[in-house]
Amino acid sequence: MGKSINVSLIGNPNTGKTSLFNRLTGLNQKVGNYPGITVEKKEGICKLDRGLKAHILDLPGTYSLNTTSLDESIVVETLLNKNSKDFPDVAVVVSDIENLKRNLLVFTQIKDLEIPTILVINMADRMERKAISLDIDQMEQELNTRIVLVSARRNQGIQELKEAITDYKKLTSTPCVNASVIDTEYFESLRNTYPNQLVYKLWLVITQDVNFGKLERNRELEDLKKHKFEVKSESDLKRMQHKETVVRYQFINGLLKKVLKVDVANAKDLRTRLDRVLLHKVWGYLIFFVILFVIFQAIYDWSTYPMDWIDEAFAHLSSYVSDVLPAGPLTSLLSEGIISGLGGIVIFIPQIAFLFLFIAILEESGYMSRVVFLMDHIMKRFGLSGKSVVPLVSGTACAIPAVMATRNIEDWKERLITILVIPFTTCSARLPVYLIIISLVIPDQRILGGAVNLQGLTLMLLYLLGFGTAIFSAWVLNKVLPLQRKAFFVMEMPAYKLPMFKNVVITVVEKTKSFVLGAGKIIMAISIVLWVLASYGLGDQFTQAEEIVTEQYAGQGLTEQELDQKIASHQLEYSFIGYIGKGIEPAVRPLGYDWKIGIAILSSFAAREVFVGTLATIYSVESDGGDEQTIKKRMAAEQNPILGGPLFNFASGISLLLFYAFAMQCMSTLAIVKRETNGWKWPALQFFFMTAIAYFAALGAFQLLK
Amino acid sequence: MSYTIAHLRRGETAIIKQFNEIDVPLKLLEMGCLPGNQVTMMQSAPFRDPIYLDINGTHLAIRRETAQKIIVEPYG
Repeated sequence: MGKSINVSLIGNPNTGKTSLFNRLTGLNQKVGNYPGITVEKKEGICKLDRGLKAHILDLPGTYSLNTTSLDESIVVETLLNKNSKDFPDVAVVVSDIENLKRNLLVFTQIKDLEIPTILVINMADRMERKAISLDIDQMEQELNTRIVLVSARRNQGIQELKEAITDYKKLTSTPCVNASVIDTEYFESLRNTYPNQLVYKLWLVITQDVNFGKLERNRELEDLKKHKFEVKSESDLKRMQHKETVVRYQFINGLLKKVLKVDVANAKDLRTRLDRVLLHKVWGYLIFFVILFVIFQAIYDWSTYPMDWIDEAFAHLSSYVSDVLPAGPLTSLLSEGIISGLGGIVIFIPQIAFLFLFIAILEESGYMSRVVFLMDHIMKRFGLSGKSVVPLVSGTACAIPAVMATRNIEDWKERLITILVIPFTTCSARLPVYLIIISLVIPDQRILGGAVNLQGLTLMLLYLLGFGTAIFSAWVLNKVLPLQRKAFFVMEMPAYKLPMFKNVVITVVEKTKSFVLGAGKIIMAISIVLWVLASYGLGDQFTQAEEIVTEQYAGQGLTEQELDQKIASHQLEYSFIGYIGKGIEPAVRPLGYDWKIGIAILSSFAAREVFVGTLATIYSVESDGGDEQTIKKRMAAEQNPILGGPLFNFASGISLLLFYAFAMQCMSTLAIVKRETNGWKWPALQFFFMTAIAYFAALGAFQLLK
Repeated sequence: MSYTIAHLRRGETAIIKQFNEIDVPLKLLEMGCLPGNQVTMMQSAPFRDPIYLDINGTHLAIRRETAQKIIVEPYG
């Protein structure tokens, strides 16, 4: 039996911490969530010598242990809570050779917590090129630590790091800075009140409470706060934290003066030249929009090929299963319910993977920060900041990862607003609905001398409508929400880097996996429930459907196939789902829909993309893997029972498009919002308001256009 | 009127002199914005906000409103 130790990777963002994590663990990692909050928790296993196994935790990037965001509070809590199962036996602080000074700040804080610490200096391969020299021995002595030079990119120094972790018992836990000099009296009184506790730990608990509020779930620390000792005002504490930072930097500056030699002549570099172009007031925006265009092209155009293959494969599988297995409810559940449900999940993988491929490349290369920089001024007018741009843009693929991407927005009000408006952006699940409705009600014509396709134009307008509504709601929410904001905006502009293939692949695989396992479960469950509700019913009308229909159409010379279809739709009308649909018909009739569309909308509240599949089931089309042409023909033939004429005409079509543009029809998004905002209050409001807007917009459109 | 980071022209370097703790986020200090350190204006975004700085070797972006609170003195 090998022994297992906990290793935490800590460091500033952009130091290559994740690359190092990927080097140490390979694909032997898993991404989960910290309990109660949706901050990704990346863990992995690394085998060391002498049968030792390291359980490695990749903590979110942080500049210090002074908490201002959710990500940072995770780091602080992990390091403060000795009883946590994640509490590190060894802290590995990752720094990068070119930003050593700034990276050492958090290192000195961790040393003060008396946790055995290894300092990794990454990107060491650049030392020669940048003419940097470092006196490692002296540095190790002054910092009371072990230092390992590493290049995660070139796979250098990893073995040395593993050996250093194996020898973790040799590490000292002596601090290197005395932080108590910022207010000797105060720290002395802390020491006297709690003789058994580490003073620096107490200090972090106190300041964390003031600055971030109680995220603490640690009983030991709850007790601490009950005691009364000299209470400092918020501004006093803030002043002391400023002082602490100054003291630490004095130490670091003094140290680096002795050990670090940099040839300054190499200062002008690629970054400056690239930034001149990428942040230019004309070229900058132009390049950004070209990149966006390419991403959308990839998501909507390139991914159609793999999506068609998946579609066909599942259609074949479904018909194969129903041919091979004996007929019966189980076979039909498998082929119509489970396999088509599974197909409905798998079909989204190409789009999701493409989106994360591009996001990963943009983030790895350092370009994402430039987007934030370019867009900040525009977003500020709507109560957002440049940091909301990435989540809003990702929202056009899927709101779930987009909501998760808001977690690096420090300001709570801004983050909340971003979360609340993301579902207005046109996610990929709306696309199948839009496509089929547009092809039914908008003529396939070219206008402006053939330059613009009317259907394409409509699709673009729907995207603009979604984005516009999101921005406008943000503006309204910013005025309405009674929340204070600590409006400040500080963002590192990292150096440009060539994205590392391994990191990009791991990101794409992990994100896609979490989509399939997360959202996939819900889509799957819904399609099974739907199948059951549509396949079973009570009463003679359902059970005797075959006899009733055969009698009704006797002598009309219908083919067997036509008759089967009539039977199926008669059964559907009297199935459980038929009753539900009839029940809600009065509510949807003023919008121009019949009970079947009502059902499709109702089931879409689980996930929008279910709409087409539901109509396919309802219209008793032999679901040939959701062949849209046949569904479309069937929809075009549908008559409006009250007004006469085609059911899907211009008025009801526009009404449907508007309903789907605004309504909050996604259980998975609601679940994520609930987790992100810690309660049902915000998702409930979001659901209610969005659906109300959708209903009245659709009502208005239909009544005006009919 | 004091001379602040917001007054710097593109490419201009100055030394950070002082600021009020309440106006400047701690995060900015952590990234190296401390009295005595060098600051260079790299460029400002279109519409002149936010601005892109090199403080002591760290490249970062802040908004003009924060930059106006940080008093600097000319370098050299």
